[in-house]
Amino acid sequence: MTLRTPSRSIFRPKRTVSQDVLKENRRLIEQIDRRKVLRGGLSLGALTFLTGCDVSENDQVQTALRAVSSWNDKVQSVMFRPNHLAPTFSESQVVIPPRFNAHYDVEDVKPVGGAGWKLELAGRIENKKPWTVRDIYALPEQELIIRHICVEGWDYIGQWSGPNLRQFLERIGADTTAKYIAFRCADGYTESLDMPTALHPQTILATKYAREPITDPFGFPIRLRTSTKLGFKNAKWIVSMEVTNDFPETYYGKEGFNWFSGI
Amino acid sequence: MSAGDTALRRHPRKLHPLPLRLMHWTNAVAIFIMIGSGWKIYNDEVIFGWLHFPEFLTIGKWAQHGLQWHFLGMWIFAINGFAYLIYGIVTGRLRRMLLPVRWSELIATIKDALSFRLSHDDPTKYNTVQKLLYIGVICAGIMMVISGLTIWKPVQLSELLTLFGSFQNARLVHFLSMSAIVSFLVVHIALALLVPQTLVAMLTGGPAIDDKQPSTSIETRSAS
Repeated sequence: MTLRTPSRSIFRPKRTVSQDVLKENRRLIEQIDRRKVLRGGLSLGALTFLTGCDVSENDQVQTALRAVSSWNDKVQSVMFRPNHLAPTFSESQVVIPPRFNAHYDVEDVKPVGGAGWKLELAGRIENKKPWTVRDIYALPEQELIIRHICVEGWDYIGQWSGPNLRQFLERIGADTTAKYIAFRCADGYTESLDMPTALHPQTILATKYAREPITDPFGFPIRLRTSTKLGFKNAKWIVSMEVTNDFPETYYGKEGFNWFSGI
Repeated sequence: MSAGDTALRRHPRKLHPLPLRLMHWTNAVAIFIMIGSGWKIYNDEVIFGWLHFPEFLTIGKWAQHGLQWHFLGMWIFAINGFAYLIYGIVTGRLRRMLLPVRWSELIATIKDALSFRLSHDDPTKYNTVQKLLYIGVICAGIMMVISGLTIWKPVQLSELLTLFGSFQNARLVHFLSMSAIVSFLVVHIALALLVPQTLVAMLTGGPAIDDKQPSTSIETRSAS
């Protein structure tokens, strides 16, 4: 049997690519290893199948998921009703003591102590004089008996009191047209709020729980309590507050939790 | 004969028109994401002490990844589901395929099933059990969205929370709706694999149908 030389294809271009291109890129071409490509393709496929659940931490997947999370921040700020009050409850429904949660155990809480503590103020605030515990505790109080909802899914009714944040911001001459308020905590935790939430009538700097000064695990001497955010947004052991237009990164935000986390 | 009838004859409507197939498979992806990530979120604070979902069945390495997936999937599930309902109502598909549901037909279908005489010859018509399952899963999907919105926004949508009574009730309803959808999926996928022509139909569109004819399972039975 003889092999017939194939006739020149009609699809073959009359002018071909210069052979110099092959010589110029010789090294690159030699690097193309068919097995490597196959192996790479296979392991990519295997990755999506076998460890399909773990791709969440892959950089590109994270970028995409966090972009959606930022979009959800915007949606939530549109959904936010500045004067809509959260349901409140009767004193008999209050859970004492409140439920503890942090990114560490309750035994590892380092008490802040009242004597040396000061609340530092920074950013777009006229009067940045630091506040002592005595000053803060002397301010008029507002009481909230509201539902605390944790991102994990549990909830309880708590009774919090302390100065209203909006009134406090007005008192210190804060620029309430700014976008954010950032909180720094004694344990290094960081949190931030959008201004509409900070100005909500049910947002306070809590100093008491069930009429008693709050205890160490729950944020002595002051912590934030708002009826419109998940638990972790309510910073404890606050040591500084900054009013700013630059988006303040937060501890859990960096971990991948949704920043707005409104309820 | 009008021009519309001619067009209908030349390009007869398929059992599953293209928009419907696209919505079906989009929904399949959304449901997969929502269940996997939902189980991850559930595991962080279980409702039933005896029930933890195996980690390998969940989506997301840690809780925050589960939440990220869930809050992506919710858009796909809700928008696609809404489009499906609008499409189903406007084209009359929901009414044509799922109604009417009659007790007498339900009993007849169950009798057929028990005597192994259930017909699968005509995939364009659903028997009463199928109709009830599809109506049920649509209701579960709607319940999923309402309870999900309540869990997401119990303060901004506090009116919805009132409907459920408490936050934990809303979580429970969300869980039960998920259980209903998962139970449906077990039956749905098992039957699709047992009667592969239904699976093929959801990929290719299936046989042409005459949408003027009302669907009843009596016809299905007499055809067998």
